[in-house]
Amino acid sequence: MAHAAVHDTHHDAHDHKPQGFLHRWLFTTNHKDIGTLYLVFSMLMFFVGGSMAMIIRAELFEPGMQLVRPEFFNEMTSVHALVMIFGAVMPAFVGLGNWMIPMQIGAPDMALPRMNNWSFWILPFAFTLLLSSLFMPGAGPQGGWTLYPPLSLQGGNSVAFVIFAIHMMGISSIMGAINIIATILNMRAPGMDLLKMPIFVWSWLITAFLLIAVMPVLAGAVTMLLTDKYFGTSFFNAAGGGDPVMYQHIFWFFGHPEVYIMILPAFGIVSEIIPTFARKPLFGYQAMIYAIASIAFLSFIVWAHHMFTVGMPLGGELYFMYATMLIAIPTGVKVFNWVTTMWEGSMTFETPMLFAIAFVILFTIGGFSGLMLAIVPADFQYHDTYFVVAHFHYVLVTGAIFAIMASVYYWLPKWCGNMYSERWGKIHFWMSVISVNVLFFPQHFLGLAGMPRRIPDYNVAFADFNMISSIGGFWFGASQLLFVGVVIHAVYFSKKRAQARVWDGARGLEWTVPSPAPHHTFSEPPVIDNSQLAHGDVTH
Amino acid sequence: MRRALAAPALMVLGMFAHQAAMANPEPWQLNMPKGVTVTSNEVHDIHMIVLWICVAIGVVVFGLMFVAMFRFRKSKGAVAATWDHSTKLEAIWTIIPILILIGSAWPATTLLLRMADTSGSEMTVKVTGYQWKWRYEYVDFFGKDPGINFVSSLEAQSNRARQLGSGIDPASIQVDGVSTYLLDVDKPLVLPTGVKIRFVFTADDVIHAWWVPSLGWKQDAIPGIINSAWTEISQPGTYRGQCAELCGRDHGFMPIVVKAVPKAEFEQWMTAQAPAPAPAPAPAEPAPAEPAPATATTIAPTTAPQG
Repeated sequence: MAHAAVHDTHHDAHDHKPQGFLHRWLFTTNHKDIGTLYLVFSMLMFFVGGSMAMIIRAELFEPGMQLVRPEFFNEMTSVHALVMIFGAVMPAFVGLGNWMIPMQIGAPDMALPRMNNWSFWILPFAFTLLLSSLFMPGAGPQGGWTLYPPLSLQGGNSVAFVIFAIHMMGISSIMGAINIIATILNMRAPGMDLLKMPIFVWSWLITAFLLIAVMPVLAGAVTMLLTDKYFGTSFFNAAGGGDPVMYQHIFWFFGHPEVYIMILPAFGIVSEIIPTFARKPLFGYQAMIYAIASIAFLSFIVWAHHMFTVGMPLGGELYFMYATMLIAIPTGVKVFNWVTTMWEGSMTFETPMLFAIAFVILFTIGGFSGLMLAIVPADFQYHDTYFVVAHFHYVLVTGAIFAIMASVYYWLPKWCGNMYSERWGKIHFWMSVISVNVLFFPQHFLGLAGMPRRIPDYNVAFADFNMISSIGGFWFGASQLLFVGVVIHAVYFSKKRAQARVWDGARGLEWTVPSPAPHHTFSEPPVIDNSQLAHGDVTH
Repeated sequence: MRRALAAPALMVLGMFAHQAAMANPEPWQLNMPKGVTVTSNEVHDIHMIVLWICVAIGVVVFGLMFVAMFRFRKSKGAVAATWDHSTKLEAIWTIIPILILIGSAWPATTLLLRMADTSGSEMTVKVTGYQWKWRYEYVDFFGKDPGINFVSSLEAQSNRARQLGSGIDPASIQVDGVSTYLLDVDKPLVLPTGVKIRFVFTADDVIHAWWVPSLGWKQDAIPGIINSAWTEISQPGTYRGQCAELCGRDHGFMPIVVKAVPKAEFEQWMTAQAPAPAPAPAPAEPAPAEPAPATATTIAPTTAPQG
């Protein structure tokens, strides 16, 4: 083994990469290459899901059915959600975790590199299976991404394809989560205590436990759907003694932690970026960790707030209302801490900081509507309307996706060694932040005025805000082409070389390695310097 | 296009101007309707309470953020402080939200208790959701079974206009100058005002949800399960709503129309309906006879799972 170790060191020095496209990307076990694969895949799926959103907004541009049949509209809403959740947001965070976690804790790679390769390469097959169902006789899934029976079981054989695709995505996520936990718990450089880890690593550690806990629950729920459809069971079939509402309980026991799986790493990212550009340590590092852990815990005990109208007993409604309201407390702590981190800082506003600040404001707006939705009597009005659509797009688009974009601008120079165009990055930011509000803010009004979600056509009274929302949608969609342009320019064409410490306020181990980060980093463990931690000296 | 001019004015008046009881959605409507029941008014009130709490918190938090962004800029020569925690501050902004939450949970709880109490109802209507129409069965009116039972589905004009590429302008479908596109049915649910009405909901195929915003709530209609809810309408009028739970292809095309009339008028209407399958006389336009689905359940609901 000693010989092997020496051998590896020799190769590190020359930054040896495998030769040949297939060898480099298909057989890769390198955390950076796999991270890149995840991120590229996520970008691709963002545009696939985005084009479905464009179809939805085009049909909703004005009253009357102009472009698509209602069946196809339902396919678009269902598959848009599945692609965005499982194809765009989750792989983006896994990609960021792959790239950054080893570099932030001083590890040479992920703990389980071969499994890492496998957990990525399952995804293209899973999504081929899912998207191919759109072209099958009997069409793709039309019952919404939540796949509520009995409706979801009315589909053709796409049901089986979607369920197997979800199984594969689940396996991929679970393997990714195991890998992240194993890496964080076993591979930290000496001196990188748990309470010295960057907050992004903390957020991923907690998220990974959520993933392991709930992906099997989803797999179980959809497997029961599968046997109900093909093997004559009646888990969810009332006529056979089953209960359609039980599916919703099982689904949301997965589904609520799932929404935090999509936001906790975003919290971590923003907690890295704001201190960097405020040039001031993160306020309340430990409180931030406790807040993330509390939110993760609460996520397991609030699931039925997605189903207040199914006719739960009064006690159940009251319990889920109170438990849901509790989430506002740790979430509030996080927002207050971000604001306080900015207070008395020395701020500059590069593109990552702009996206991070927009995240804090717009995610908080999504949090406010979330608090309103928790109030059961009011939820009886809001439930299943565009108010809910506005709410979860604020937390997922201006929340999760803005954080992902912030992190790409923040770490891209480290990944590729070149600076992106700050000018075009800012143009992308301003286009996105304005258009996304034109897109989603009017949807609050539509929902309150009485427009249900998932309808392809609507009364004339809803026409004006729908048209505004659609214009915002096309604008937001087009703005994301700028993002691709900025990234491609930075990677292939930018002449401006990045320093090792790309941002003068940045702290943490990832900024101690050169830009671009060599193919292998930290083959020898780094020495941890407390004053160089991203969140200040935690020893006091 | 006169509306285009009126729009900004309406948007400014916004939240307040629209609090008047609205039976049906209006162009540029910004807020939840107050509705036509005591419950729907209280739902609206609690919605406004929580909204204003959120606005107040937002003003403080975002205000501080903007102050920070303008005062603590590097370009203005701001030098970063080094402090990174304060137990006192953190305790304050944990405790204050707890108090605010308790303050808003209290009225929500009392209202929910009232909404869940279906006891003392004088009338029961059984609502069954089908793909894509509603069946209404009047099973009890002051202790008697009125024996009225009909299916209500999207009226024919809207149905023609909503076909892909129909060429019919949705705005042309109006009743009394108000657009009823996709919000009108062949046979409305006629209900008396001033009577506590219990609804029981179920469905025959997939899950639907019965929602009339003016009544202040929606309730899922689920196959194999019977849910209940109640209302007591205070003003006569026509109140429109839609199915709110995705139920397949024509989910967007199964509206609900409640026609609330004074109790005496309702009793007349009921008598006119009397023997049962006879076609309705006046209120609804004659529609193509809708054969009752063979699977219609006949179990009389005796218990309601919702407490």
